[in-house]
Amino acid sequence: MSWSLAFALLQVADPQLPPVSTSVFVIATVIKMIVVFTVLMVGVALLTLAERKISAWIQDRHGPNRVGWHGLLQPAADGVKNIMKEETYPDAAYLPLFVIAPALAFIPAMLTFAVIPFASPLPTGGGLIEMVVAPLPIGFLYILAIASLGVYGIVLAGWASNNKYSLLGGLRSSAQMVSYEIAMGLSTIAVLLLAGNVALNDIIWQQATTVWNFFGLAIAFVIFLIAAFAETNRLPFDLPEAESELIAGYHTEYSAMKFSLFFIAEYSNMVTASALLVTLFFGGWDIPFTLWDNQAPWSVVKTIVTGLAFAAKVLFFLFFYMWIRWTLPRFRYDQLMSLGWRILLPVSLVYIVVIAGTLLILDLLGVRPGALHGVILGVVNIVLAGVLFLVLDSGRIISPASRRLRADQLRRLRAMRSRSPLATPGGD
Amino acid sequence: MGLFYTFNFYLFGVLAIISAVTFVTRRSPVAAALWLVNTMFCLAALYVMMDAQFIGAIQVLVYAGAIMVVFLFVVMLLNLGHASDVTDVMSGKTRLAAAIAGLLFLAELFVLWKDDAPVPIAPPVEPAESGVIAQVAAPLFRDYLLAFEITSVLLLAAIVGAVVLAKRKTT
Repeated sequence: MSWSLAFALLQVADPQLPPVSTSVFVIATVIKMIVVFTVLMVGVALLTLAERKISAWIQDRHGPNRVGWHGLLQPAADGVKNIMKEETYPDAAYLPLFVIAPALAFIPAMLTFAVIPFASPLPTGGGLIEMVVAPLPIGFLYILAIASLGVYGIVLAGWASNNKYSLLGGLRSSAQMVSYEIAMGLSTIAVLLLAGNVALNDIIWQQATTVWNFFGLAIAFVIFLIAAFAETNRLPFDLPEAESELIAGYHTEYSAMKFSLFFIAEYSNMVTASALLVTLFFGGWDIPFTLWDNQAPWSVVKTIVTGLAFAAKVLFFLFFYMWIRWTLPRFRYDQLMSLGWRILLPVSLVYIVVIAGTLLILDLLGVRPGALHGVILGVVNIVLAGVLFLVLDSGRIISPASRRLRADQLRRLRAMRSRSPLATPGGD
Repeated sequence: MGLFYTFNFYLFGVLAIISAVTFVTRRSPVAAALWLVNTMFCLAALYVMMDAQFIGAIQVLVYAGAIMVVFLFVVMLLNLGHASDVTDVMSGKTRLAAAIAGLLFLAELFVLWKDDAPVPIAPPVEPAESGVIAQVAAPLFRDYLLAFEITSVLLLAAIVGAVVLAKRKTT
């Protein structure tokens, strides 16, 4: 179903595009589609290896090192194994949806990447080619729309398997993704306010000419980062497949390549989320502290260098994803919901009001977007972050170790301890 | 408006109608919901072809991405998803309502057939400086500000009402 929309959207030529002839446009788009798809697929295969290598490194092991040089061919071996394995179909499964669900999980992850600009425009004989598969004028809204469809694959896989653990996984994921989508969408309103547009190219240009948004809009960045982890079902938010509670959650009944497709979808989602974080908050393909890369004359060198800058930033966030996964434990389900609805949602709503107010005041004072503008926003964010931290923490994370506990604090801590299943009777 | 455009218009139009018909004829609620999602998609595609990209994106985001997901969630939570569980209850009133709806539909078709074709609304040729969203926002926040604000109050009342209903203790 997603294809129909993709085709329609691809036909829309962006009015901002430099005049390239239709044939050049079509050929360039086809080439870009093939290149991006290939890079993403190979990248995803290597990411599965990277995940295992990084987990091994964090746990002081070697990781896979039998197939190829330092285990480099492990993804190929896994792929061959998954294709050769037998596909099993549960008797009670609803087959049409059972078969289509892995594809539904995978397609939105791929589609989202279509609008993310990954390098500066490339000059060719046929005209200037933008380094994005589909330069849509509604870029960011398209991403939100397609990302909201990722949940269908998981939910339908859970339901069509006709297995109670799968169903529970599917239910959890739909509740989780709907909850965090709201915080994610609201946190980015600040970015759009600052850029004054929803086209991703404009957001990158705004960051290149002032400061990157992760400084000026630090709280939005943190909210978006947390929501992105929840949206991709990665630890500490991998409740839909919590193996200690749900066997494997929504993909319990899947085998062979269909099972593998869910993993490919998860890693593609990670790549897309990282690319989105980079585009919205870390300047996209911009190279910091210089405008050399953002202006004409365009050249092949600029395209390659900015492409590498983009790749480096995305790889950092992919590493960050894995780093978090092998560091933090999983949330409890009620904690997950309370974080989404009772903390992230109100914080992002208040944040919109504060940022809109600040921008209005700066505009009235005649401060033009630039270095000073960015610094003022950054200071506002630091103050907000301090206030937020004090309110949220309230003695929970940071124990008042600098002074003696008051009597009531001590009583509260002891009460917590006696409630714990690990409490020793009578011990203190 | 080349052949490509015409072809895609009919493609998505026919797909939308087929999906809508399949949606009303499916017995399984999950299958029906998915066909409805497909209808939404085809409509979004048609909006995009009319240069209303904002409406197209919002159509997918709100209807396909949020409302239908919640709908599926409820269907699954109540475990209504299997066709065998759904009994074909059709009271006399339901049949009467269906008949009236059918008559209205026929009347609409008749009017459309007799009436002249509506004048096509030409989209602005040059997009505004500030992108496609500004074109939607400007009338909303200038000409129709009061209506916009009243609608938002209505939605707020609905949200508060839902919370009150959910919080009410069952005695």
